[in-house]
Formats: sequence, structure tokens, C-alpha cells
Amino acid sequence: MAEAQQALAERLQQAFGETLRSWQEHVGELTIEVAQADLYRVMLSLRDDFRFEQLIDVCGVDYAAWKQDEWITEDASGSGFSRGVRGNQFARLGLTGVYGLEPVTTNTGRRFAAVYQLLSVSANQRLRVRVYCDNDDFPVLDSVVSIWAGANWFERETFDLYGIIFDGHPDLRRILTDYGFVGHPFRKDFPLIGNVEVRYNEEKGRVVYEPVSIQPRVLVPRVIREDNRYAEPDAQEDASNG
Amino acid sequence: MADIQSYTMNFGPQHPAAHGVLRMVLEMEGEVIRRADPHIGLLHRATEKLAESKPYNQSIGYMDRLDYVSMMCNEHGYVMAIEKLLGVEPPLRAQYIRVMFDEITRILNHLMWLGTHGLDVGAMTMFLYCFRERELLMDVYEAVSGTRMHATYYRPGGVYRDLPERMPQFEASRFRSEKDLEWLNKDRQGSMLDFIDSFCERFPTSIDEYETLLTDNRIWKQRLVGIGQVSAERALQLGFTGPMLRGSGVEWDLRKMQPYAVYDRLDFDVPIGTNGDCYDRYVVRVEEMRQSTRIIKQCVDWLRQNPGPVIIDDHKIAPPTREEMKDDMESLIHHFKLFTEGYCVPEGEAYASVEAPKGEFGVYMVSDGANKPYRVKVRAPGFAHLAAMDEMARGHMLADVVALIGTMDIVFGEIDR
Repeated sequence: MAEAQQALAERLQQAFGETLRSWQEHVGELTIEVAQADLYRVMLSLRDDFRFEQLIDVCGVDYAAWKQDEWITEDASGSGFSRGVRGNQFARLGLTGVYGLEPVTTNTGRRFAAVYQLLSVSANQRLRVRVYCDNDDFPVLDSVVSIWAGANWFERETFDLYGIIFDGHPDLRRILTDYGFVGHPFRKDFPLIGNVEVRYNEEKGRVVYEPVSIQPRVLVPRVIREDNRYAEPDAQEDASNG
Repeated sequence: MADIQSYTMNFGPQHPAAHGVLRMVLEMEGEVIRRADPHIGLLHRATEKLAESKPYNQSIGYMDRLDYVSMMCNEHGYVMAIEKLLGVEPPLRAQYIRVMFDEITRILNHLMWLGTHGLDVGAMTMFLYCFRERELLMDVYEAVSGTRMHATYYRPGGVYRDLPERMPQFEASRFRSEKDLEWLNKDRQGSMLDFIDSFCERFPTSIDEYETLLTDNRIWKQRLVGIGQVSAERALQLGFTGPMLRGSGVEWDLRKMQPYAVYDRLDFDVPIGTNGDCYDRYVVRVEEMRQSTRIIKQCVDWLRQNPGPVIIDDHKIAPPTREEMKDDMESLIHHFKLFTEGYCVPEGEAYASVEAPKGEFGVYMVSDGANKPYRVKVRAPGFAHLAAMDEMARGHMLADVVALIGTMDIVFGEIDR
């Protein structure tokens, strides 16, 4: 498996050259990254020349809260620690403010990415393709529905949940959220509790939408611990020297 | 009246044949469907977003609730993704237990599918027959995990506990005569493995029973043969996996092609169809139940002879036993840390997939080194299948839509997520 993957990586490098922004192998899986402008061309070639007949999945990722934790311990005082989830964390991952009103800054260079999982049934290989959207405020990618018909709903889902627009999609509508839903719920600045709740109003005789009445809360704070067991060998050495 | 050419019909979301909350807007021309537009998401619970807000282990239970008729297979995909990132390998016995339960789950799922598919198409008896056997397997679930459905039994690094020595028995009550009780408990005298073994002995006969009712049944064939035909090429294009793909004649089964757990040590066959219609998919699934029985039998034999640990003893990931905690400070700390904070998973991403009863169930997991996943994406097989509804239903009659929903084996827990 590993040899076949190595061979595939080399073939990909030969075929795409500079177009291939980067490639890496991690836990036995091959991931390549391409630029937004090259997406369609690369995907077409992957299907026709590299025999990836199946698009298994399309997945949006929002890197806005990458490597941010909720555990704030700097302001420990004589009165002890706060509950650790302090600070206005309306959106639970360390971003402040109300969804959609304030600009979101990211730790990584770009915020949105789409990740495609490809499967070659004939060669028994998998490949992951990641493409970052150039524009954080208006993420647009080329649709691959004309390459794999199965991409249709996957792209609709990614659009619905992350607001990534797929150019050339025949029917880009919301799919999982409610009719008339506002916002893209899987973005990191969208609160877990949501913005509106519904109930049946007897006076009006219909279902009404109201602002949420519950409070957001975090039961287990998100922490990032440096774990030497997983550190790169070089880094470990540095740490011991220091 | 004559000038009305086409009209739109609303199917569901409350419809007995919709297998949950499926709403379909059908554009009809007489009784022929011109366009089908499924509206999904009525059961959307944002499982993936919830998983982002919880330590890794707390989301295992959510996986049961995705495809709620093949619970343990979903768990398997999820824990495999974590294990990949952590770089741990569960003990061999745990892997055999997982495979055994994956296959029990496959039978559970296919029985549910067969029963409801039959019911949709008009075969009432099937439902009762299937649920009779299904109940026995539910008891196995309950014996091993404490719950009939949402087991939360698989853990990163193994399974929660070893198989019970004793199969729970029915208790006496005023609603059961002594004779009934004796009959009910006949197979439950020994251990759980004995119970499963005796089930495997009897189950092929039960499948024969289903087949006598359906396989050559004229009405069954009239409703299924030639309905929803998908060519192998289209099936690949549309992202079909599992029996939907194999029904179209593509020989692809993750258990054979990319074996995980201990599938490469087991002997079984992968049935494939030729025509790619509803009937072929029916035949494929029925044969899969027979093959699953074979696999379970091999697992039972192996498990009987090879006792051993069922979860790794790395207490950074798997909790120590109660006993150890009583007199070991270290264990107590490990336990406390695991249940208050969980474990941090090294930065990286992984995609783990299992051959779930419905197709390829995959979990794509991104970690930024925290104790909670950064992003979990569940790749549900049913999602891709239902997306093909429009293409499959075009030109068929309204009644065939019900057969199509049945053949896709739709469960909304996984489609809406």
C-alpha cells in the first residue's frame, strides 16, 4: 500500500508540477493541496488520467479557531482561578461577538477550505485533495458536479454549512438546514446553541421564531497540551537541549 | 381537465413509507414521475458540530444515533479515525469482538431493511419474521453493553468490556407459563458466545424462510425486477457504495479490498449482482446475511479459544480498572484526567472508513492537538444514495418510489446527521 502511494505521489508530481502546492503523507494517507484556480483542471485529470472514479466526500473546514483553546489561566489571582471558560465566548471557540457582525481573524492564512476524498476502485487507492478559498469573505470554488455526479449534494451541504459557493453547480440550494435559515451554522463563529428557537404560538396559531433563550455553556473546556510523545524527533531534541 | 399536463405532489414528511422524515416534491405526469426533489434535513442535529464541542470519547454515543439501525459499525468508523491519529492498535481480541459485532450489526440492519422493504411493497409477514430474529440480536447488544441499541461499546483502543460469561435469561412472571419460560431460556443457559453460536446455527434456516416467501414470489418480483436500474458506471459516478454498488456488478467491498480490523484473517465471500435493479440488491443483501453468519461463527470460535485483554493498557487513552484505582494513585489521576478533560490527540487529519451495512461509512477527522476534534465529517452512505433519487425515479411510477426508498435502505439519522 505504502509503495503504491509513493508511486502515486511521484506520478502526481510529474503530472502537475508546480500546480501541486504541497503534498504530504500522514498516517498512511496521501493529501495534496491545489490552488483554487487549478481545482477543476486537476480534478478532471485525477478522474481521467489517474482513474479516481469515485468522489467519496466533500467536506468544508473553517480554520478560524485553529489552535485556540478556551482555557484562560493568565489572570489567576488571589481569589483563585475563574472557571476557565471566562471571557465573552459567545461563539464557543474563543471568538467574540455576534455571528456575522464582526470580522473574524484566523490563525492560519486562509479561513475556508474544502476537502475532497477520492477513491479509485480500479487501483484501490485513496487520495485527499484540499483547496483553500482565496477570499475569506466570499469563498468561491469551481463545482465538480460535471466530473462526478455524486458531488451534487455534497457541495450543497458544504455551501449550506460553510457558505462556500460552488461556481457552476446546477442547483445550489440549502440542504440540511431549515427553510429560510439565516447563516452558515458550521462556521466557527456560529454559536452552538444557534440564534433562533421555534415554538408554537397559540395566539397567532402558527409556529414563531424567537431569539434563543438558553445560555451557551462549556462543560469541558478545550485545551491543547504539548505532548512529547507525539513530538517530531528533532523538536524533542531541541526541547531537551533547552 | 384534459389540458392539465403535469402536477406537483408532496410526499412526506409524514408518510409511513418514507422511513423517517423524508419530504419529496414529485413532479408527476399522470402517475409517472418526471422529477423527484428530496428535501432532507428535518432530522438534522448537527452531530458534527456537537462533536467539535466535546472531548473525543463523549461523541461515541452520537455515532450510534447517526445510522440508528447499524450502531456499532458507526462507532467502529469513529474510533478507528481516533486510533489512526493516536497511533494505537487495539488488542487482537478486541478486534475480533469488533468484527463479530460489526457483522451482528449487519444482520440487524439487513433484517430491518428486509422487514420494512417487504412492508412497503406489501409483504406484511416479512416484517414480523425479521423482527423475531432481530430481537435475539438486540439481546446480544444488551448483554454486552447494557442497551439494546445505542451501545457506546467501542472505545479508542479496544472495546468497553469483555463479553459476559453468562447470557441474561428471561425471568418468571405471571404473563409467562413455566413451559414458555423454559423455551425462551433454552439457548440462554451458557455464555453469550454459546447464545450467538446457537443463533448462527439456526439463522440460515430463517433466511431460507424469508427466501421462500420472497425470492420467487410473483408480486415481489413484479415490484422489484427492472426497477431503479443503475449501471456500474453510473453507480460509481453517483458515489454509490456497499450493496448499492455491488448490486450493479462492481466488485468492491472494503472488508476485502482495504481490510481493517481482522477481516483479512476471515473467510467470506462478497456477493455481487448483475442487473443493478432493486431485485439484485435484494439478493445481494440476503446473501450478505449468510456471509455475515459465517464470519460471526469464525469469530465465535476464535474468541472461545483466545482469552485476553480487550482494551489497551495505555491509561492516557483508556481508563484504568476500578480495582487498580482503589490502591494506585497514578491510576486515580489517570481516571480523573480522562473523565474531566479527555486526552489530547496529536495534530493531523485522518480518514477512516468501514464497510457499514449500507455502504462506506467514513469519518474524516481533523485535530489541532486539542482534547476535542477540530472538525469531524461523517461520510454517510445513505446521503449519496438518496442524492441519486432523482435519477433513479425518473420515468417510474409513483408506487415505485416506495420500492426505491426501500432498496436504498434509507435511515434519516445518518443522512441528516
